[in-house]
Amino acid sequence: MNIVVCIKQVPDTAAKIQERVADGRIDLESVEWVANPYDEYGVEEALRLTEAHGGQVTLITLGPDRAVQALKDMLALGADEGIHIKDPLLDNVSRRGVAKALAAAIRKLDDDVDMVWTGWKGMDEDHGLVPAYLAEELGWPHLSFVQAVDVDPDAGRVTVEREAEGGKEVLEAPLPAVLSAQKGLNEVRYASLKGIMAVKKKTIPEWTASDLGLDASELEGPDVELVHVGPPPERQPGRILDGTPEETAKELVRLLREEAKII
Amino acid sequence: MGNDILVIAEQREGELKKVTFEILGEAKELTADLGGQVGVVVLGDGVGDMASTLSQYGASKTYAGDDTALGEYSPDGWATVIADLAERTEPAVILAPATPFGKDLAPRVAAKLGIGLASDVTGFEISDGRLLIKRPIYAGRAIATVRINTDPQMATVRANTFAVPEPDMGATADVEALDLAGYKAMAIAQEVITTAGEKLDIAEADIIVSGGRGMGGPENYDMLEELAAALPNAAVGASRASVDAGWRPHADQVGQTGKTVSPSLYIACGISGAVQHLAGMKTSKYIVAINKDSEAPIFKVADYGIVADLFDAVPKLTEEVKKLYVE
Ligand SMILES: Cc1cc2nc3c(=O)[nH]c(=O)nc-3n(C[C@H](O)[C@H](O)[C@H](O)COP(=O)(O)OP(=O)(O)OC[C@H]3O[C@@H](n4cnc5c(N)ncnc54)[C@H](O)[C@@H]3O)c2cc1C
Ligand SMILES: Nc1ncnc2c1ncn2[C@@H]1O[C@H](COP(=O)(O)O)[C@@H](O)[C@H]1O
Repeated sequence: MNIVVCIKQVPDTAAKIQERVADGRIDLESVEWVANPYDEYGVEEALRLTEAHGGQVTLITLGPDRAVQALKDMLALGADEGIHIKDPLLDNVSRRGVAKALAAAIRKLDDDVDMVWTGWKGMDEDHGLVPAYLAEELGWPHLSFVQAVDVDPDAGRVTVEREAEGGKEVLEAPLPAVLSAQKGLNEVRYASLKGIMAVKKKTIPEWTASDLGLDASELEGPDVELVHVGPPPERQPGRILDGTPEETAKELVRLLREEAKII
Repeated sequence: MGNDILVIAEQREGELKKVTFEILGEAKELTADLGGQVGVVVLGDGVGDMASTLSQYGASKTYAGDDTALGEYSPDGWATVIADLAERTEPAVILAPATPFGKDLAPRVAAKLGIGLASDVTGFEISDGRLLIKRPIYAGRAIATVRINTDPQMATVRANTFAVPEPDMGATADVEALDLAGYKAMAIAQEVITTAGEKLDIAEADIIVSGGRGMGGPENYDMLEELAAALPNAAVGASRASVDAGWRPHADQVGQTGKTVSPSLYIACGISGAVQHLAGMKTSKYIVAINKDSEAPIFKVADYGIVADLFDAVPKLTEEVKKLYVE
């Protein structure tokens, strides 16, 4: 099985974004960057599947120079190859444009790809769009919010459990397919020293838009245009209720009924 | 392109989800400024009957894809049906719920139409005849205002953001049956496994009673279940600490790596209020915190706080709530 995992580099999820919001924008200068945590689940699952069924794991990231670090961190877990798509033309492209470029890179690989993993959303702007755009671009099915997966390589089919309202949904699809990972899928391994050393010896090819056969006319700017970024509405700290457990329970129920009017 | 709004309805096993009504209500309000009418598309097996309910909640027209072939959900199959409909009817706006269903289906519809999509929206305004859209980013640590530069403008809308409108019992249904002759699907749902019977999902609950590490163990959640059972439309949630400890399923997790919820009331019991947890519940209308540590950050966002041992406070609260509903 040949598996591709798409890695998006995102600001560290612990970054104090609120303090960086000013003048209608977010200042990401000198923020720490990491591989999107949901993509890590994809890498882990790809490694487990190739350990079980054989095959190659190729990681692809699209982003500026710094993005290669996310690729290296994930390569250290044991993936075989990494590809960095990098082009000023792609700096301010829509989610659809990103998917087009990723699809072109997947088609350009020497070996046929059986499965592509993504995260279900980037823990940055929380879009959750690239997986579906990518699947449509490739003409493949997309299975989202995946929490368990079972592949039958001979039959060329994949079955997943996905998170759904009030439970789980089991879906089946033919391969090749795009799968997007949700938390709960697996526990991500730590990079071994051997893995970290191996990354040092790898060359990571850089592919430009023209290497992928894309020209500027195909790469429209953002179709969802960011007009303004503001801080979240502040919550006023409320009241601490005093008294015995009986008294505070009574007072709380009264407030919820009379003041908040919700019970 | 017209100026109608097309709403994608969510139904499961013959029952329309509340979020569908919330979106219909908001769509109706938007048409007051945009002009046009609200249409709704509902797919499944045996969904034709839903048209009258949908019209009561504001749909002028229901497009029903009612067929045994649609008895099983398929993201790509259903997306094709909806994209074809959108191409034919040219709505100005398409809205879907930001639920596991809508977040799966809507991006595929947008992909087929070659348009942009705003995910997980919490507010709309209209400016120069187009939508100005508010959506939380960075797990709620910032709020973005975006504009969509493609047509139709498409968005998924967060549940519990807009009020369910008063149904108009006199509304008559205008239904169009969709032609499903060429229906094809790649990914197909095989079965739905509902956890713990017919448990209410936290994303749909009006009230969430949530427990963290302070609960001390899985058995103590019975106490929260009892409180939730005494409250209307309430479900039990959890922090990541209790999910990671294996006390509760991941589906119940609130926060950055769990669900984002905005119920009318969120009662946090033995939850410290880490930023990643707050990211998932800060937009709740009212927050109550029960924690024995008066310095716990959860009190900074709580409307009402009780500094106490939850093992004392919760049973008393349940008692008081029960009295309320007996009266
Ligand atoms: C990338 C990332 C993503 C994360 N995503 C999430 C997420 O989605 N959701 C989430 O919840 N967390 C998330 N976390 C974890 C988060 O940082 C916290 O560790 C977690 O929320 C803590 O859970 P807790 O409040 O239950 O536990 P604790 O922080 O241990 O708090 C327990 C609280 O219970 C109180 N307590 C104890 N006993 C009693 C008692 N008898 N009566 C009353 N009060 C009592 C204590 O005073 C304490 O305040 C994430 C972390 C990271 C790094
Ligand atoms: N620039 C990128 N490079 C590689 N993969 C990406 C990129 N952007 C998005 N993805 C993939 O698509 C998923 C969802 O991203 P998004 O639609 O941006 O929320 C991510 O978890 C990645 O797997």
